[in-house]
Amino acid sequence: MNTPLSWIKAYVPDLDCTDQEYTDAMTLSGTKVEGFEALDADLEQIVIGQIEKIERHPDADKLVVCQVNIGTKTIQIVTGADNVFEGAKVPVVLDGGRVAGGHDGSKTPGGIKIKKGKLRGVESDGMMCSIEEMGSNTDLYPEAPENGIYIFGNDAEVGADAIEALGLRDMVFEYEITSNRVDCFSVIGIAREAAATFRKEFKPPVVTATGNAEDVNDIVKVEIKDTDLCSRYCARLVKNVKIGPSPKWMQRRLAACGIRPINNLVDITNYVMEEYGQPMHAYDMATLAGNQIVVRRAVKGETFETLDGQERQLDENILMIWDGEKPVGIAGIMGGQNSKITDDVKDMLFEAACFDGTNIRLSAKRLGLRTDASGKFEKGLDPNNALEAINRACQLIEELGAGEVVGGVVDVYPVKKEGRRIPFDPEWINRLLGTEIAAEEMLSYFKPLELGYDAKTNEVLVPSWRQDLERDADIAEEVARFYGYDKIPTTLPHGEATAGKLSFKLRIEQTARDIAEFCGFSQGMNYSFESPRVYDKLLLDADDPMRQAIEISNPLGKDFSIMRTTSLNGMLTSLATNYNRRNKNVKLYELGNIYLPKALPLTELPDERMQFTLGFYGDGDFYTMKGVIEEFLDRVGLKDAPEYDPNAGRNYLHPGRQANIYYHKTLIGYLGEVHPQVLDNYEIGETAYIAVLDMPYIVEHATFDRKYEGIAKFPAVTRDLSMVMKKDLLAGEVEAIIRKKAGKLLESCHLFDVYEGSQIQEGYKSMAYSVVFRAKDRTLEDKEVNEVMEKVLSALSDIGVELRG
Amino acid sequence: MKERLEAIKAEAFSKIEEAGTLDKLNEIRVSILGKKGALTEVLKGMKNVAPEERPKVGQLVNDARNAIEGALEDMKKNLAAKARELKLKQEVIDVTLPAKKNCVGHRHPNTIALEEVERIFVGMGYEVVEGPEIEYDYYNFEALNIPANHPAKDEQDTFYINDKILLRTQTSPVQVRVMEQGRLPIRVIAPGRVFRSDEVDATHSPSFHQIEGLVIDKGITFADLKGTLAQFARELFGEETKVKFRPHHFPFTEPSAEVDVTCFKCGGKGCRMCKGSGWIEILGCGMVHPKVLEMSGIDPKVYSGFAFGVGLERIALLKYEIDDMRLLYENDDRFLKQF
Repeated sequence: MNTPLSWIKAYVPDLDCTDQEYTDAMTLSGTKVEGFEALDADLEQIVIGQIEKIERHPDADKLVVCQVNIGTKTIQIVTGADNVFEGAKVPVVLDGGRVAGGHDGSKTPGGIKIKKGKLRGVESDGMMCSIEEMGSNTDLYPEAPENGIYIFGNDAEVGADAIEALGLRDMVFEYEITSNRVDCFSVIGIAREAAATFRKEFKPPVVTATGNAEDVNDIVKVEIKDTDLCSRYCARLVKNVKIGPSPKWMQRRLAACGIRPINNLVDITNYVMEEYGQPMHAYDMATLAGNQIVVRRAVKGETFETLDGQERQLDENILMIWDGEKPVGIAGIMGGQNSKITDDVKDMLFEAACFDGTNIRLSAKRLGLRTDASGKFEKGLDPNNALEAINRACQLIEELGAGEVVGGVVDVYPVKKEGRRIPFDPEWINRLLGTEIAAEEMLSYFKPLELGYDAKTNEVLVPSWRQDLERDADIAEEVARFYGYDKIPTTLPHGEATAGKLSFKLRIEQTARDIAEFCGFSQGMNYSFESPRVYDKLLLDADDPMRQAIEISNPLGKDFSIMRTTSLNGMLTSLATNYNRRNKNVKLYELGNIYLPKALPLTELPDERMQFTLGFYGDGDFYTMKGVIEEFLDRVGLKDAPEYDPNAGRNYLHPGRQANIYYHKTLIGYLGEVHPQVLDNYEIGETAYIAVLDMPYIVEHATFDRKYEGIAKFPAVTRDLSMVMKKDLLAGEVEAIIRKKAGKLLESCHLFDVYEGSQIQEGYKSMAYSVVFRAKDRTLEDKEVNEVMEKVLSALSDIGVELRG
Repeated sequence: MKERLEAIKAEAFSKIEEAGTLDKLNEIRVSILGKKGALTEVLKGMKNVAPEERPKVGQLVNDARNAIEGALEDMKKNLAAKARELKLKQEVIDVTLPAKKNCVGHRHPNTIALEEVERIFVGMGYEVVEGPEIEYDYYNFEALNIPANHPAKDEQDTFYINDKILLRTQTSPVQVRVMEQGRLPIRVIAPGRVFRSDEVDATHSPSFHQIEGLVIDKGITFADLKGTLAQFARELFGEETKVKFRPHHFPFTEPSAEVDVTCFKCGGKGCRMCKGSGWIEILGCGMVHPKVLEMSGIDPKVYSGFAFGVGLERIALLKYEIDDMRLLYENDDRFLKQF
């Protein structure tokens, strides 16, 4: 909402403050000022001059030399403009003055300084300027020529301030009005707040009686069929309409609001819409069959041509204005081509109505037709405002001589909207705010807001335009606003102490971050939604359960249309971004949810599973990744050795370099080298590794409890085992046998060499383990260890492992 | 005899003085104190000394021996110290050569900012809780006093799965879930991911994070809200930070406010970051709307409370002077490594 301060001051005449004071005070009382702009910024020393004589420039065909009377004297100005004539009154920038920009409408920061000088050898003491050079344009000043010097009307006073004469000595404030304050989307609403904020008298426009001796009720009939969507309809008739330009004062106010003046009728409806916040519409009476208006829903499937010439597809939820036979307008959104005002209009019917905000909003959206009017209606207007607004419009018609207003008003208003009554409880208000404000003081805040008080019932009487005030807490806010939020004390809550803490899940996630970072991985973040095409990039089978994703019904586009069921795509995309930017040795991790539907379509909330995803390319290999996982599991108290199953069956990973990770037989994640085809799909030109841990199981079984187990007092016995076995036998299997057979005495078992090559038979490999035994309570004897070793070797030999000679 | 001893001592001292190396020193020891050494020889001659003289002579020999051993020991220490000193000199390194780093990874700026906020509120007795990202319409809107057909529910802003389930547009539904559990008093913050249907650009993202705060107890006042957020702002942005509460509107709080803090870059004088105003808007807040309390089964006559919501990215962007929100979701290593 943009409004010139001069308009606000028209209704709060005693308002006297600087622009900054106004901004601060209004913002602190709840009418936030987003900014303000001086219309005369960068305009200096511009007066109205009258051209007395024009002569040709002796040395330039396209220039003329003008003698211009500027009131105090006559100066000489050379110009290239071709629309000047002797007697014309024009804006003249004097030597040392400034204009806002060039003729093309481009503004120059700080303006352009004008100095006297010579043009092709002829003295020029100033400059005549166009509306663009004055910082505006021909849309807002329709009388200004397209290319050329602005020409004032004959009534302009020579020597007077041209900036003032163009209405540019004004300040335009931009407000951010919150959606609950529908009343403040109007000059009157803001003026009322300004009056209350500065404790000045509020003097709204005085609407006088208008109209001739006739009664419009004898001529026009209005009927509301769908009263659920239209709570009030007011109509007045104007005969013998005279279309012409509106007066300059009205044009200037509209221009300052950024509204382009058109003609007196359009300008009056726009003016009243700004002033009262009430949209209005005008119909050519001659086009209305049966002199009748009927408000009812459209017929499904019909089309209607709006006044912009577009065919609109209607449905049964769109409210229409009909005459005796046909629809003539889409209620609250746009009038019809068939009833629009043309230059040869004779009689005109004014409409000021109140339509259901939600219906207007939804209809405008379905039609794809959001207008200034629908934008106002959709907020939910006060029906009591409509009559005042239509009478104001008729008053302006009479004042501007734009037609003959017929007496009376057709006012169909089935159920009058009454203001609310809210119990006044100053004690509760003080308790809520933490203040000690006297009841009388609170009441003094209400008065300028036109909130009444019924002492008998101890109730606040809320006017109908304050739809936002519903109950005690709303009254408390009114008190707080005008007492001043800044004056409310600053305290801390007291009462029962509470323990501050992170949930256990969050603590585990914090540990995951710590470990990942210790291991050199940096944290990334990815979107939760992605494209269904990623499944093909990841080479998933057609029936892979990961393809069962939740779809967003109104996504930003296909690429953001499903909720991810895997964190792989995010990680691979991030690695690809880094690879593409030539970053070396990139290690990333992410903690983020995937969303697994329990059933599709969704009937209950999905399973949101936190995934700890790691990915890297550059230094490191499969075992680097495996190390990070084991460091993490160990740190969160999952101390037993995880198991790795190479038959993970994951298409997106290298078939020979992937594993599912099990902890106590439960699948908790997987890791592997990314399949070269997937790398190609993501355009990653280096081998990359990825690991995903499913956090819910880990969180459930994690613990930060630790117990000291003592430091060994007795010596250990170490045996080295060098073995030969078939190449495809897994180290994990060998180790599992060693651990199982060695039993309690085993302290550790550590692989220190793997060899395949010329020393070993083809298809075989050698592996060497260092096996350490220790007892907690005694020194082990060789005999004991030998017995255990025999069991180990015998079990190993059962799977074809032989000691190396 | 005495003269002999003096001569041995004098010779020993002069040899020790000139020894120069530990090996030489050892040779000297052997030549004097060894089995065939000069002093040993003297000792051997004791049998020729008159018995009554022996204790006296013995004493003399012992004194000479001690003196020589002392001199040997001193010189040994002296030489060892010199040798160490020489070694240390030879071991000088160039301390300006590059460090061998473990290449520790970096936390995401969002997380750093979040952990900071969590630390502040946990210190004030708040519990950190979470709620679902895919949420029922009821929790995201209706229970927050945003009834059906409210403009805020307009499809333009909200991603819907169907007419009952959506991607939460705010962390406020967690308020309702906590209140419904019925355990009072409540002091929680609820950080998390939220979604709005905004196209990606330098200042918008369809997915971002909020931190919700909720306090419910008997006798909680707007003054408490002011005090709490003032303390929060001081801890997050520095002791000198001032806060300004401006009236605003949120459907689920009444009275409501937006909070500005003095610009932490210019201290309130006005700069590019605060667009010259000296203030930066950081959060929205208010007293929990009595309707919201009622809907969650809490009696607004007995209990009151406040709630606030902070945009995490907003804090991260401001605090770390990041000029483009897209950087937060690109995961460029060169960006992440700066935090």
